[in-house]
Amino acid sequence: MDLMETAAEQVFRAEARDWLAAHKPALPLPPGDTAEGFPVHRRWERELSDAGWAVVSWPPEYGGRGASLWEWLIFEEEYYAAGLPQRVAQNGIFLLAPTIFEFGTDEQKDRILPRMAAVEDLWCQGWSEPDAGSDLAGIKSRATRDAESGGWRLTGQKTWTTRGAFCTHLFGLFRTDPEADRHRGMTYFLVDLQAPGVTVRPVDKLDGDAGFAEVFLEEVFVPDADVLGEVNRGWQVAMATTGSERGLSLRSPGRFAAVVTRLIELQGERGGLRDEVADCWMEAEAYRLATEMTVTRLASGDRMGAESSLNKIWWSEMDIHLHETALRLLGPDADIENPWLKGYQFALAGPIYAGTNEIQRNVIAERLLGLPRR
Amino acid sequence: MDFGFSDDQLAFRDAVRDLLADACPPTAVRAAWEGGPGYDAKLWRRLGDMGVLGLLAPESGGGLGLTEVDLVLLLEETGRVALPGPIVEHAAVGVPLLAGTGDLSSRVIAGEALVTVSDRADRVGWAEVADAVLLLDGAECSLVEPVSAEALDSVDRSRRDARIEVGERSVLPAVDADLAQDRAALGTAAQLCGVSAHLIDVTVEYVNQRHQFGVPIGSFQAIKHHLADALLLLEHARPPVYRAAWSVAQGSPYRARDVSMAKAMAGRAAAVAARVALQCHGAIGYTWEHDLHLWLKRAWVLERAWGTTDEHRARVADAVLRPSGPGEGELGGR
Repeated sequence: MDLMETAAEQVFRAEARDWLAAHKPALPLPPGDTAEGFPVHRRWERELSDAGWAVVSWPPEYGGRGASLWEWLIFEEEYYAAGLPQRVAQNGIFLLAPTIFEFGTDEQKDRILPRMAAVEDLWCQGWSEPDAGSDLAGIKSRATRDAESGGWRLTGQKTWTTRGAFCTHLFGLFRTDPEADRHRGMTYFLVDLQAPGVTVRPVDKLDGDAGFAEVFLEEVFVPDADVLGEVNRGWQVAMATTGSERGLSLRSPGRFAAVVTRLIELQGERGGLRDEVADCWMEAEAYRLATEMTVTRLASGDRMGAESSLNKIWWSEMDIHLHETALRLLGPDADIENPWLKGYQFALAGPIYAGTNEIQRNVIAERLLGLPRR
Repeated sequence: MDFGFSDDQLAFRDAVRDLLADACPPTAVRAAWEGGPGYDAKLWRRLGDMGVLGLLAPESGGGLGLTEVDLVLLLEETGRVALPGPIVEHAAVGVPLLAGTGDLSSRVIAGEALVTVSDRADRVGWAEVADAVLLLDGAECSLVEPVSAEALDSVDRSRRDARIEVGERSVLPAVDADLAQDRAALGTAAQLCGVSAHLIDVTVEYVNQRHQFGVPIGSFQAIKHHLADALLLLEHARPPVYRAAWSVAQGSPYRARDVSMAKAMAGRAAAVAARVALQCHGAIGYTWEHDLHLWLKRAWVLERAWGTTDEHRARVADAVLRPSGPGEGELGGR
């Protein structure tokens, strides 16, 4: 055990900090989930990408700098400490990309990853459907074989698609064998949202931003080259993506450390709730430490399993606790538009997306503790 | 960065786990409740032989010369089996305090003598059976001779708590009493993790086997979610405990803050594990005859030992927030 950063890690941290300080845009940016804000975020993320900071942990040939997981954590810490917002490219770079690294062909990696890193293509998720939320295996959207054209025809409806109105591409599950049982017969497709037959309808979220969309597909052609993993094995591929979403990559500890730093400043200004704020600090610190233990395991060759459900519950419930505490410190002032109120409304989604926390608790009980499924 | 344990550390942990599984079954815990000295002197000597008791003592003094990082893993195991006896006070606090006391130190390291430590004379565990009683008082630590002891009925009856009247006392020279307190809180936090782990394990076993409505009750979501919450807290208490061990071993400037965080998080995890375990066991867990209450009561007592969860949280607040009260807004002074 050695909890000190190495000299190389310290150099990396200083380099990231200096670059971010010199190049960060005037803050705050307008919300990324709006028609006005999205292009502003995209421009900033392109700048990150041009300087090689967009996807630090990827191999250089795809636009990264081959950084270790430790360095990725450091970059994230510095990024959020600089007051910078979550990335509009996140569902591509943090969720789809690890899945492509694991299941994609070399052709797919070469074609998709550099454009993703350069924020040319922006990816959204296509999991939920009107009748399939927590019960994801209940999806009905289907893909039928179009052998003549060398691909598939996709038909159906996806919903609650975050930033669907602004993204260029969608990844998601579609049923390719209607005869197979629920968890089989699905295939993971990569869909160009400009393709004929796609209709995207924005849906305003609870906070008023157009951050959701419904995506309607009508005989949309997708070539064989855009099937990720094996046909009818999409469930296994999708579970890798949700593992990233719940686990390490989507919500790095640096994000919450930065929120707690602001919360401590707010407490200093307003006074009161010392114990509550101390709890918030401990929760964020525990999350960082738990993540560092996970990274140590991964660095020695272990794989992330169902423990990602522990992560997901922790960060999502902590995020609400941090923001609730801020709103309590603000009192009635909390009602007037302010970053804490905005953040609170965003945090409220945490226990719902990426698999509800009820589902996560089932996963923990069944896979980590060994309780019976039924 | 490397936040893991070495193969040697894990192998030592496994060896202690095996020893305790064999030598400290629930019947042994119950026996300590029902009479005798409240610890197993033979087992104490075996722990001495293995090096557990003298782990923190330098090799030149007959110890292993290892650190708190090694020790917390072993103390977690003692919590798992609810080992009766002042193991934290003996191994984590007493051994370093008594270094340089010659014969007494050697006997304590070997497990031939029992040492107990308290920071209040009106509440000393195992006071009447210990060969050495250490009293922490402010910045001082004294080896004291109790002239009388009035037994107290602790809810954990293995503890042999007593209020003592101090006769002769000899102040130990050059002692860092704050460090001793932090080691005690750290060791207790580690034990609390072990207690929680046991509570979760036995409850999982029970809900898998207990049937109602024709199915194991562990198949119900209400039960699953209780246990998931207990595991969630435990798995976010262990990393702070291990980090605090590292901070103590390194003499980190954040030692006090990190130890308090560990104790608060481990205390909370154990409190929830105890509630969940009882609720999921139902009425059988509410009986004296069932072993569950031995662990519940250990969790209760340890959560309050060496600083309550609330006290430790307040210490964290003082370390990370601006000072409260007069002068509020001024940084520093921590």
